[in-house]
Amino acid sequence: MIRAPWRLVPRTLPSPRMRVLAPMMAVALTVIFGCIVFASLGLSPLAAMKVFLIEPISTINGVSELLLKASPMCLIALGLAVGYRANVWNIGGEGQMYVGGIFASGLAIYFHERGGVWLLPAMVVAGAIGGALWASIPAVLKTRCHANEILVSLMLTYVADLLVKYLVYGPWQDPAANNFPLTVAFSDNAQFPMFAAFAGDWLEGTRVNVSLIITLVALPVAWLFMQRTFAGYQLTVAGLAPSAARYAGFSGPAAIWMALLIGGAAAGVAGVMEVAGPLGQLNDRWTPGYGFTAIIVATLGRLHPFGIALASLLMALVYLGGEAVQISLQLPKAISLVFQGLLLMLLLGCDVLVNYRLERRRPAATAAVEIK
Amino acid sequence: MSETPTLLSLSGIIKRYPGVVACDGVSLEVKAGEIHAVLGENGAGKSTLMKVIYGVTQPDAGTLTWKGEQLTIPNPKAARALGVGMVFQHFSLFDSITVVENVAVALPGRVDLKELSKRISEVSERYGLDVNPWRPVHDLSMGERQRVEITRCLLQSPKLLIMDEPTSVLTPQAVDQLFETLRQLRDEGTAILYISHKLDEILKLCDRATILRDGKVVTETLPREETEATLAQKMIGRKFPECRRRDDHTEGAIVFEVAGLSLEADTPFGTSLKNISMRVHAGEILGIAGISGNGQSELLDALAGERTINDKNAIQLNGIAVGQLNPLQRRVLGLTYVPEDRLGSGAVASMSLTHNALLTAHRRGMVRTGLVNFRAARDYAGRCIREFQVKAPGTEALARNLSGGNLQKFILGREIAQEPKVLILAQPTWGVDIAAAAAIRQAVIDLAARGVAVLVISEELSEIFEICDRIAVMAGGRLASPRPVSETNAAEIGLLMSGMFEGAAGQATPAAVSAVPA
Amino acid sequence: MNIDSLTPLFASAVAAAIPLLLAALGELVTERSGVLNLGVEGMMLMGGVTAFIVVASGGGLVLATLAACCAGMVAALMFAFVTLTLQASQVAAGLALAILGSGVSAFLGRGYVGNPAKVSFSELPIPLLSKLPIVGPALFSMNALGYLAVILTAATTWFLYRTKSGLILRSVGESPVVAQSLGLQVIRIRYLATLFGGLMAGLAGCYYAVAQFKMWQEGLTSGNGWIALALVVFASWRPVRLMLGALLFGGVTAFGLYLQAVGVQVSAFALASLPYIATVVVLAVISRDQRALRRNAPTSLGQSFFGM
Repeated sequence: MIRAPWRLVPRTLPSPRMRVLAPMMAVALTVIFGCIVFASLGLSPLAAMKVFLIEPISTINGVSELLLKASPMCLIALGLAVGYRANVWNIGGEGQMYVGGIFASGLAIYFHERGGVWLLPAMVVAGAIGGALWASIPAVLKTRCHANEILVSLMLTYVADLLVKYLVYGPWQDPAANNFPLTVAFSDNAQFPMFAAFAGDWLEGTRVNVSLIITLVALPVAWLFMQRTFAGYQLTVAGLAPSAARYAGFSGPAAIWMALLIGGAAAGVAGVMEVAGPLGQLNDRWTPGYGFTAIIVATLGRLHPFGIALASLLMALVYLGGEAVQISLQLPKAISLVFQGLLLMLLLGCDVLVNYRLERRRPAATAAVEIK
Repeated sequence: MSETPTLLSLSGIIKRYPGVVACDGVSLEVKAGEIHAVLGENGAGKSTLMKVIYGVTQPDAGTLTWKGEQLTIPNPKAARALGVGMVFQHFSLFDSITVVENVAVALPGRVDLKELSKRISEVSERYGLDVNPWRPVHDLSMGERQRVEITRCLLQSPKLLIMDEPTSVLTPQAVDQLFETLRQLRDEGTAILYISHKLDEILKLCDRATILRDGKVVTETLPREETEATLAQKMIGRKFPECRRRDDHTEGAIVFEVAGLSLEADTPFGTSLKNISMRVHAGEILGIAGISGNGQSELLDALAGERTINDKNAIQLNGIAVGQLNPLQRRVLGLTYVPEDRLGSGAVASMSLTHNALLTAHRRGMVRTGLVNFRAARDYAGRCIREFQVKAPGTEALARNLSGGNLQKFILGREIAQEPKVLILAQPTWGVDIAAAAAIRQAVIDLAARGVAVLVISEELSEIFEICDRIAVMAGGRLASPRPVSETNAAEIGLLMSGMFEGAAGQATPAAVSAVPA
Repeated sequence: MNIDSLTPLFASAVAAAIPLLLAALGELVTERSGVLNLGVEGMMLMGGVTAFIVVASGGGLVLATLAACCAGMVAALMFAFVTLTLQASQVAAGLALAILGSGVSAFLGRGYVGNPAKVSFSELPIPLLSKLPIVGPALFSMNALGYLAVILTAATTWFLYRTKSGLILRSVGESPVVAQSLGLQVIRIRYLATLFGGLMAGLAGCYYAVAQFKMWQEGLTSGNGWIALALVVFASWRPVRLMLGALLFGGVTAFGLYLQAVGVQVSAFALASLPYIATVVVLAVISRDQRALRRNAPTSLGQSFFGM
């Protein structure tokens, strides 16, 4: 057997420095890998990286798009992080986002041209309820039947996707849409107003809208919940040491319910942000996978609101970069997905340094008789 | 004895782990045909030393000489090839497969199970071990599992057999049986390294003893020239601490009562509880002796509320039926509990002591309108540290950085400071150093003196005899009715531990019955 | 419903069952060693796109199959390195592999979307047997991968329960700590089991790309990798029950197609969601008996092990 010249030695304490450094190492390694990919495609790595990472945010409009994408991902990730802290692996954020979007769209379509200023807040609430409802299926099945929430929440994402398709190809299709799978365009009071509408010329043409405020409020609220409330403490104990939670008498089912409902509601609201934001309607393929990317955002952000905010900006940039290289370098958009997956995998790999350190293997003891 | 050749000699063995030096220049010589004790407290470095000999870990420095030849033992396979066998404290057996498969899995090359089973039967019979090769391991009692382990070692005709704390899972009668087997092996020329912290066993069995303290060899001695007191003096560096007992114990009112408690096991190879009844009076310490795996963990789950039971009246706390309340609700009514698994259940390893105070003591002014009052939690943790002399850098120290004894004192302090009416303790001094163990026992005795009803579940018979007023015995999911400590002795308790008691005879599980020596 | 309409129903059930069986069989072996690899979907997609590219570049079916197996194994190797050597959480790394696999496959397959496969596996009817009513076309007129799946199921059963290596694999899955103390090479065994899982997932992906759909598109496997994971639980980690489970799930898919064929008015989207809903229902039902599940599940499943 080949022996690596290095070996891993467990640390007495997890290294706080590495907890911060590991994500940075993973990002750096991903960039290096990206350069290799670009070079192998016959492109100048530096120029391509500039198109991918710098150009998208070199204008006000670019920053606006960055926030527009980061905001829903950040919100979903905050909700998922609450669950992940409790070891409840809701990976169906994508599906919960769809159902949130469906619920909000239902209101927008039903009250089309009839709603007042109450309509948008009602849509947000409906979205939260929709997402929470969808997440309550894995919650029921996990608490009642011990069914694995990973598989259930994921299967339900496929179902939610088909539900959206059913609606936009069927009952909710806009009759004027020439058989395109779209609903009617929502009326104004069913859409988040853009900042550009009342913030003066310098935001001219940008699409970022007031739904950003929801995320900005959610960040400190999530922090307060995780770090300062007893409920947040109970979830953390359930995640770190399930048997300690049982010993203390913290209800296991309650933790599962709370984790899934919070995650579902957050994803549902993120769905509203999309349909009542840049889309302004429901269509059959309206998401670039924010619900899945949010899993990466939550992990990369160390399940901490501050980290999640940073990670969501980074992931939004990866999306924008993917679009940019598609337009200017004719590369497939799927490259963003490659970078996302790679980043997560590399992060998990780099994380080894939090709990272990590398040590050079000592040469084998001299004058020792080897035994077969 | 001096003319017998040295089989194994270690010199200057050093093994460091992050934060501790487990072995600090240990030297040791073992001769063929002797039972050599390695004696020391928990954490003295005994287990690490054995792992070095068995090739489980590599020393950082030092040499190992086997039959005069200096060598390294890279892994257990190499150790076995040399003729070193080891019986671990926590058995190296797979529950889901049969005895013969367990033996086969460790053997090199192709194995014919039928052939192997014959050899197992032969060897086990020769040493009076009585092993059925075709039974699945999960069906076996702890004593039987140990016999399987020993048989597995003997199949390879070892020159050196290492026994790591072998008696902790045995009844006193089974211990005698084991000693017979070991003496037979010694007389046939096998060297035996016997790891223990139990002084009486070493006096009874061993020819020589090496005493370790804090990773260093204190001395080598001949047990037949020692007494328990002199050995203890050498092992811990001072006299054995003894607990002050009160003798003026008067029986108080019944505080905690269990009546006809039955509960299905919830794990695949668990033990179901069958019709368990007991009463604990105020100011009394009731001990439950028994080999682990006879329903203790199921009983603790039921008593603490981690599993609720259908008949809520089967468990009563101060006359209130609590069978369907969760641990939190029971704690409100005055029942606190110190679990066996302290770094996982009793405390969250990666959390600070302040956060760990919150775990069970949060009702004491640490939570207001859903928000945690960290100052109150810190004060409470600080109080536990002061009052129970916990050696910790402060309230923000992580639970995992405390030694077993200090963490146990913290957890016990946290539960006692909640002023319970009933305190349940599971294996309170398991893996705890002797000084901390004495402090813990004293705290429990003092607590009972203040009128609290205490229930202690322990494998350590000497501990039960030391602190309890009455002793009950658990075997095969049943509980023998308690008897006052002054009216019983180790032999009687030992018999009960093998399931020989009224209401149990004939119904006891095969596992429990076969734990009785033949 | 008459006999004649049952024949194609059964045949399409078997066709849908084969890739599930292949992928689940690999995952079963992986999980038996104590490793939970949630990235089956990603490994399948890698296998699928690789097989399709090989075929599109003029390679033969054997080469395509081997390449698909290699692609699955490369993906599994990455997972194994991160979880077994670098001690990452198996759940998180499995999710990462699923995301990465779908990304890489979409990236590599970008130029091939919409083209039919140049060559593909065809049915190999067994004389006489394939003429049997109902079961004949389904069971005795499969393609080479179908027969391979059946043979591998038998071989895996034999390996797990009749060989010493199988015994060692199961033992490692029950307790890596005990296995290590006996001198078994836990990490190496887990690596091998994980690689076998990747190989089989690659094979399943190959089946989708060049045997069943005979084309490539993003997300070709449409969640079947996840269904395969559920199938392993359903089969309580036993290969033969896996076969029954795969047939059951294949049957659900086939039943939807059957309803459409006989003209029942159901939304195509509702029919398409049947396998997913069936998975959820089956998981819920099978998980109810936790004791039975725990008795059968590898005890150390999903837990990291530091074997140094």
